Amino acid sequence: MSTRLAKGGRLIDRSAALDFTFNGKRMKGFAGDTLGAALLANDQMLVGRSFKYHRPRGIVAAGPEEPNALVNLGSGARLEPNQRVTITELFDGLEATSQNHWPSLEFDVGVVNNYAARFLPAGFYYKTFIHPRPFWKHVFEPVIRQSAGLGKAPKDRDADRYEQAYAFCDLLVVGGGIAGLQAALVAGRAGARVLLLEQAAHWGGRAPVDGDVIDGKPAGEWVDEAVAALEGMENVTLRARCMAAGVYDHGYVLADEKVADHTPGDGRPKHRLWRIRAGKILTATGAIERPLSFAGNDIPGVMLAASVRDYVVNWAVSPGDRTVVVTNNDDGYRTAIALREAGLAVPAIVDARSAPAGALVEKARALGLRIEAGRGIAKVKGGKRVTSVAICLQAGEGAVIDEIACDAVAMSGGWSPVVHLWSHCGGKLTWDRVQACFRPDPGRAPLNHDGGAMVYAAGASNGEMTAAAALADATEQAGAVLAALGMKPKRAKAPVAEAVAEGPMEAVWIMPQGASVELKSKMWLDYQNDVKVSDVQLAAREGYESVEHTKRYTTLGMATDQGKLSNINGLAVLAGALNADIPQVGTTTFRPPYVPVTLGALAGEARGEIFQPLRRTPMHDWHERNGAYFEPVGLWRRPYCFPRAGETHEQAVHREVVNTRERLGLLDASTLGKIIVKGPDAGRFLDMLYTGVMSTLPVGKCRYGLMCNEQGFLSDDGVVARIDEETWLCHTTSGGADRIHAWMEDWLQCEWWDWQVFTANVTEQYAQVAVVGPNARKVLEKLGGMDVSKEALPFMTWADGTLGGFPCRVYRISFSGELSYEIAVPASHGAAFWEALHAAGAEFGAMPYGTEALHIMRAEKGFIMIGDETDGTVIPQDLNLDWAISKKKADYLGKRGQARNFLASADRWKLVGFETLDGSVIPDGSYVVAPGVNANGQGNTQGRVTSTYYSPTLKKGIAMGLLLRGPSRMGEVVEFNTVTGGTVKARVVDPVFYDKDGEKQNV
Amino acid sequence: MLLLECPYCGVKAEETELSPGYEAHLKRYGPGSTDEEFEAYMFARKNPKGVHFERWRHTYGCGKWFLAARCTATLEVFGTYPAQVGEPPAEIIEKIKARRPDWKGYK
Amino acid sequence: MRRYSVFAIAREALRYHTGWERAWKSPAPKAAYDAIIVGAGGHGLATAYYLGKNYGITNVAILEKGWLGGGNTGRNTTIIRSNYLQDSSAAIYEKSRSLYETLSQDLNYNVMFSPRGVMMLAQTHHEVRGYMRTAHANALQGVQTEFITPQRVKELCPILNIEGPRYPVLGALWQARGGTGRHDAVAWGYARACSDMGMDIIQQCEVTGVRSEGGKVVGVETTKGYIGTKKLGIVVAGHSGQVAEMAGFRLPVEAVALQALVSEPIKPCMDIVVMANTVHGYMSQSDKGEMVIGGGTDGFNNYTQRGSFHHIEETLRALIETFPIISRLKMLRQWGGIVDMTGDRSPIISKTPLGNCFINCGWGTGGFKAIPGSGWAMAELMAKGEPGPLAAEFDMWRFKEGRFIDESVAAGVAH
Repeated sequence: MSTRLAKGGRLIDRSAALDFTFNGKRMKGFAGDTLGAALLANDQMLVGRSFKYHRPRGIVAAGPEEPNALVNLGSGARLEPNQRVTITELFDGLEATSQNHWPSLEFDVGVVNNYAARFLPAGFYYKTFIHPRPFWKHVFEPVIRQSAGLGKAPKDRDADRYEQAYAFCDLLVVGGGIAGLQAALVAGRAGARVLLLEQAAHWGGRAPVDGDVIDGKPAGEWVDEAVAALEGMENVTLRARCMAAGVYDHGYVLADEKVADHTPGDGRPKHRLWRIRAGKILTATGAIERPLSFAGNDIPGVMLAASVRDYVVNWAVSPGDRTVVVTNNDDGYRTAIALREAGLAVPAIVDARSAPAGALVEKARALGLRIEAGRGIAKVKGGKRVTSVAICLQAGEGAVIDEIACDAVAMSGGWSPVVHLWSHCGGKLTWDRVQACFRPDPGRAPLNHDGGAMVYAAGASNGEMTAAAALADATEQAGAVLAALGMKPKRAKAPVAEAVAEGPMEAVWIMPQGASVELKSKMWLDYQNDVKVSDVQLAAREGYESVEHTKRYTTLGMATDQGKLSNINGLAVLAGALNADIPQVGTTTFRPPYVPVTLGALAGEARGEIFQPLRRTPMHDWHERNGAYFEPVGLWRRPYCFPRAGETHEQAVHREVVNTRERLGLLDASTLGKIIVKGPDAGRFLDMLYTGVMSTLPVGKCRYGLMCNEQGFLSDDGVVARIDEETWLCHTTSGGADRIHAWMEDWLQCEWWDWQVFTANVTEQYAQVAVVGPNARKVLEKLGGMDVSKEALPFMTWADGTLGGFPCRVYRISFSGELSYEIAVPASHGAAFWEALHAAGAEFGAMPYGTEALHIMRAEKGFIMIGDETDGTVIPQDLNLDWAISKKKADYLGKRGQARNFLASADRWKLVGFETLDGSVIPDGSYVVAPGVNANGQGNTQGRVTSTYYSPTLKKGIAMGLLLRGPSRMGEVVEFNTVTGGTVKARVVDPVFYDKDGEKQNV
Repeated sequence: MLLLECPYCGVKAEETELSPGYEAHLKRYGPGSTDEEFEAYMFARKNPKGVHFERWRHTYGCGKWFLAARCTATLEVFGTYPAQVGEPPAEIIEKIKARRPDWKGYK
Repeated sequence: MRRYSVFAIAREALRYHTGWERAWKSPAPKAAYDAIIVGAGGHGLATAYYLGKNYGITNVAILEKGWLGGGNTGRNTTIIRSNYLQDSSAAIYEKSRSLYETLSQDLNYNVMFSPRGVMMLAQTHHEVRGYMRTAHANALQGVQTEFITPQRVKELCPILNIEGPRYPVLGALWQARGGTGRHDAVAWGYARACSDMGMDIIQQCEVTGVRSEGGKVVGVETTKGYIGTKKLGIVVAGHSGQVAEMAGFRLPVEAVALQALVSEPIKPCMDIVVMANTVHGYMSQSDKGEMVIGGGTDGFNNYTQRGSFHHIEETLRALIETFPIISRLKMLRQWGGIVDMTGDRSPIISKTPLGNCFINCGWGTGGFKAIPGSGWAMAELMAKGEPGPLAAEFDMWRFKEGRFIDESVAAGVAH
């Protein structure tokens, strides 16, 4: 059984006991525990079920590489699935439940898959479930989906918040072990701005656990001094609990800081996502121990050797009373020694090497430990917990020599440098034959924007596995980074770690090497996804020879640990099966994040109403107070209508239309784009930009204009006002202001850069109100301050002045067909001016109206709307807007595009009006059908509706649309399709339904 | 996450401050040009795997358009320069040649 | 070819699966072929398969620079739908979708086509009108779609927040027969079937030059030597420009990076595919339980298969607003692919200026769903030398004439 030892535990505070529950069972731990350590201390080795076969799973590791021990953490709005117990700091009241089983962890029905495992090899689903066809969707897939997945899906909105922050540094050091600390010391002393990140809550990494000695002191003391020295440097920032998740191009690094994971609900953000821009990046991310592939290596109680050591030394937790150590390298002996020194039994060290030698081996011998050299594990016995191991010759086929009773197995297959961050942006690796691992190839580092190396590696992550070598490497690499940054290291005595004479490791990919296929089908490579040695060999046999094919065919390395434990072992097995060299087979691609990152942290504080930037007009508060129903227009919020108590939106819209046509409507038109174009060449420029001529527009007048893209397609429209000799004000659509302003600047800066023109987007500097209806003039006259008479201010003119004391610019333009003034006031006056209009207008029947009433009124009048009549494929000529296109101009943007034969064709769909024969409203989006079908069997079409409304003014359905050679077909009856298969008959009519002669607007 | 120095304001601008604008040094073909010329201008853009000249706007900065020489395979930036030139400046060409001896050159 | 079935698995289980044969052979190239396809992705393999199946042309080599299915076929979000607006798009995507329905049976390889339904949310009134238009177009095109109410949206996908403060759901375009497939399996299934017909799939074989005589293609130079051919099909999304240059012409395409990501797996909570184009995000849940999430494209030429982080961030912001429960899930992996984008964002299936040389490219961000239909149409083009009705509108000269096939007009994104 696993239990808490009476003494020791460098990270725990025995005076601070904490209560927590696992599957509802009350348990106790100490401050400083991880959930993993605390579970083991409570003899909870079984913590979950595997993905495919639902086999029992125990804790394997002590860090983020853990593939098995994933739990649902918390509940309700704080439920977090797939939380790794090995990196979850224990807190009082923590609730955890195990995953992927039914009805319980101990008795899981899904384990039936395990008994059928022989019938479910890698890729079995590609070969079956093919017939009968409907069964995949209705039977097989639902069963597969239900048995897959891991944690519970949360049901509630996240109760926590997340924040994001930026950091900049000359050097980012990732990893707070001795290599990272030393590199930071060197760079910090040289004056570089250094940011040092450590994913765990404590500093020092492995060295203090491994009993290393630096400068004659225990490593832990050296670490404390180093941290203190760094904390004393103003140019150095240290950040623990902060995991560097990904390296992106040009020195951009994403790091996830766990701010309040261990203090949930204390009001602080749960995580803080750091976006770091680093001059250089140095990874000191250590190495991850590899499992060994022997039969039964997935039974709970089989753990990584160094992790066993971590539990004993850091948390005073014994994973088992009797632990067999199995290794192919000297480091495994450290675990045996640590266990023995903690008073625990180590019945045997099974060493695959025939003649292990080295200081640690000697020390183990001196402690009287039994060393079985040249041996391997034939099989681990046990179900939900290890009960014994059978020993065999490593060189043989697995004949059992001896069986040793034990309740834990500590395995070490060698170490793999953590090269993830090195690789994210294309850093290449080289195969180290001596240590059997991939390590960074310094000649092929990922490149920075300047073509220099962006990432450096030091210590174990650079393949320098011993403390002595790692420290020396850190000093050297920090020097190299400083040189690249144009800085010099200060002269300082480099710390030296005592060298321990270790014998060479020996690569062992299958144990025993000649194992039968039966044994190999019990050797797990990927514990979570249930990928075994036999699966990889099957993939190779079937021609899935690329490492990517094998990964995808078997799902090796696709689990939540992304192959941290399984990838190298898997590709070594693949290389063996293909009789190829490991480096020839290569690795799969390393992708961010290094450890999975909570999505909420990636989204940050952009949630709810502000998940995107929010634009509000100066009158927004009034709209809210008066019950506006808003619609999004770009990032703006605009009132769609102002429903009154008991009114539907439709009723409100109709009331607003009628009131505006009969009395007085007020529209908040502030979102309308307003761009000033000014300079000696401004007229010439606008003549290129618009299809019409703007240079001849007299000062004081307004003109409607169309803009096209270079393809010739209509992109925006609006009224242009000539302000003075050199100044024009261009109105754009609400959604188009920023786009059109950028478009102007593009041409001015990149094509006609010798033209003297300035532009300014002043959209937000003005609030704008459309005062519309037969009473429009009356309310303005009541406010007083300027002459708004027909004579002083005729249609399509503008004037500056004051109204009711507000400074304003009044445009006589109309988008509704009514007598209409659009009045711009400085934005800060907008709300007051709006209220003044309502107050003065009350006696004239003033009512606000929204965007939908605006749309209906413009449709009644036959005015086009960008985005309705246009969709990016429509040219002005299609909309019969030839009058707004200058025939005289040699050039304007889009002119050449419109000359292409398909656009210049006489057979275009062109704008007309439609009236249904029965007065009904043509369905939105409907097409005009044509006889027959095309070569692909699709029903032919000859047009479509672009705007279709019930007109409250005319009390019938009205529509505009595009129809093949439409204007020549007036009076013809055509048929629109409906989604249910019927048609609606409509007559082709003039698109102007209301006040064709303009008698209403020109008063 | 690209980092490009704006040649106008000198800011090392990050990608989120910038708007991309695709190929640089395009010659505009307007009315009077052939269909082939117009098609080439609008659509047949250079798409090299390697050295590329392109347009960027420092949208959330000084608002200026500038041009960049960048490798599309490694994202290395050889230099940035103002947009008001007909072809890449000599020193940028030199720099690219120094870094990429087998580069076939601009055009 | 040994057929795959539950019985074959049972038989093999008894001998620990040691008797399975290769899914596809690994031959050395012959001196010449009747047709060479450059690119063993889904589109290239499907082209070869239908050349054999529909036209009896089996003396075919498929050349692959890397490993088959290793480009965009193996790095997309596996959405299959055909609710397109324009007639020519709807025709080829619907052909594709209908081929997917029986693909597992046709190939004797389970590609896990799962017609779980694809929903495209309408979150502005403008978008409502756009999808109503698509629904009416689809009704005439023989594509089964419907515009559904917010209540029905919620019933089909209970984890969707239809009452967000910014973009409440106003309805959706629903294609019940759209869904997802297993992307790798599509490539592998076609590869196995091609190999079975006697075609040569030659991996690790990069084309370095195109040889022509008298304006017609006669062969290709490769890293495995010169190979002669009567016809050449270039199907190399992402690298179309490079190969076209070898063939002596420039394509109206640009290569940009498109990103995607998956969350860690959780128990099933979402049965359908949801696309939210106003806020830019789409998501489905894989059979493994991962939430599969599509991101945006960078706006610059990029061959690195990795993109910029801010797109991921924007996508996740949108999706957390749309699906609040995913906030506490974790991003497991993000990646990028190189997509080629044309001037109208629609593909090119076309003859080229070089005789007997054909091109299939420009699928942009939406290629996976098109694989069977694209292969079908490309095979017809290569076999007959002229496009059939499915490919007719997708020629590479349409830009010159202004004959656009523009899907962005209604649906915004074309994933």
